Amino acid sequence: MEYKVIFKDYNKALKRNKLLGLKCNDCGTVTCPPMMVCQECAGTNQEVVELSGKGQVLTFTTSYLNSEGRENELPITIVMVQLDEGPWIMGNLDDVDPKRVNMKLIGKRVGLGHRVFPGDRYSAGEAARPVFSYIEQIENV
Amino acid sequence: MRRVVVLGGGHSKFCFNSPKTSVEMLSEVAMDAIRESSLEARDIQAINVGNVLGDFAEGQGMVQSFFANDIGCFNVPATRFEGACASGSIALRDAFIWVASGYYDIVLVGGVERATAMGTALATRTFAMFGDSRYEFPTGFTFPAAFGLLAHLYAHRYRIPLERLKEQMAAVSVQSHEYAMKNPHAQIHKQLSKEEVLKSFMVTTPIQLHDACPFSDGAAAVVLASEEVAKKLTNQPVYISGIGQTSSGKLSSQYQYLPRLRARELAAEQAYRMAGLTPQDIDVCELHDCFSIAAIIAAEGLGLFEFGTAGEAWERGETRLGGKIPINMSGGLKAKGHPIGATGVSQAYELTRQLRGQLVEQGRQVDEAKHALMDTLGGDGVLVSIIFSAA
Repeated sequence: MEYKVIFKDYNKALKRNKLLGLKCNDCGTVTCPPMMVCQECAGTNQEVVELSGKGQVLTFTTSYLNSEGRENELPITIVMVQLDEGPWIMGNLDDVDPKRVNMKLIGKRVGLGHRVFPGDRYSAGEAARPVFSYIEQIENV
Repeated sequence: MRRVVVLGGGHSKFCFNSPKTSVEMLSEVAMDAIRESSLEARDIQAINVGNVLGDFAEGQGMVQSFFANDIGCFNVPATRFEGACASGSIALRDAFIWVASGYYDIVLVGGVERATAMGTALATRTFAMFGDSRYEFPTGFTFPAAFGLLAHLYAHRYRIPLERLKEQMAAVSVQSHEYAMKNPHAQIHKQLSKEEVLKSFMVTTPIQLHDACPFSDGAAAVVLASEEVAKKLTNQPVYISGIGQTSSGKLSSQYQYLPRLRARELAAEQAYRMAGLTPQDIDVCELHDCFSIAAIIAAEGLGLFEFGTAGEAWERGETRLGGKIPINMSGGLKAKGHPIGATGVSQAYELTRQLRGQLVEQGRQVDEAKHALMDTLGGDGVLVSIIFSAA
């Protein structure tokens, strides 16, 4: 059985700021990042959907520690975002000084962009990752 | 299914920059375990080994066969288990199943790691391999970062001001350092104050250096035997009375359940059910405190405290010797050290000694302990609970 969305396709779409997920036709749950099955009911009756990329920050950490070869990215803020369609995804946060991030970040509305991790000797190539930024003001207009 | 006994054990001093190779560390503790069991190498029928990063640390894969040969377990089937920081625990659980099933009577379980040989940057990179490499590592994800995310989520979920949670987390680290002072095998023998924890280097908010366990080198081993065999060898049998193991996927896929780890709760449930016990029956516990917040989340997931309250329990001393449930009398991963392939076996070694009453002289013996629980977390996705019982 083949994946409906493999990483290669997810990555290609994310590089165009499009976030691919899978909507379960049995229970309605949206799975993102994609898996073989619905992350809630394990069903396989899913269709590929493009998600809004909007959501709210659930938690965060600003990291001063990084892996070999990635020290120049520090400090970096990692966020877990709940997308409006339900799933949680991990990304980074722009628009804010990582050193000034605090608990007030939780609940903030954010929208999707991306940046490409070029890969290192162990990563089997590049990988785009979601980079979020605040959208509250834009939506309030 | 037959009853299974933990016989002898061996445990190296955990340390930075071990002068010994992984094969040497593992061979030494394995021989200690075999001798303490009143056995010879030729009595061992199979070997299970937890080892995670020998390939990166020493360019040494398949450590299990080389050490087996070194100790005279010639041509004995030896298998390496990899489940990140729970590798030793899954090696132990699997060995239990082989002996319980009747296929083997005597199995040696070991674990070893020499992580400090990699240096901090490569060690951090390789430890991050136990998160999702495609969807999460690109963000800069590391394991400290995972627990930074969980700590903020925990503070928000249970409405604990972050400054209060930080104090509770500090209490966990302070206690671990205190008991490690009494454990001759511990990597860190140094008193730690709350102020020192809160002043230490910020690793990834809100995790500071002293909220985190060190990188470690070390090894541990135990011998498992069927009850029938064990009766001839020991008059102090410690039984494995319950086992549980589960897996889970990348952090984001565990979504709504976080900051609780559902996989841990299910593994513990398996072990409690098998042993016919409840959390109230546990007299002493070794749990996976890779970070101070991880200890708090673990103690709640194991049913030892209500959700959102374990930090206060540490502050009140309920996790101390003589408290409601003594936790990490070894010094825990924080101060005993965390050579990841060895950690689960080290926990088993420690609890076996607790149940035999062998830690009185070290000043960290839980009086009349009958049932002991170990909990190990590997990466994003391996959870093991094992219960040991004195009868």
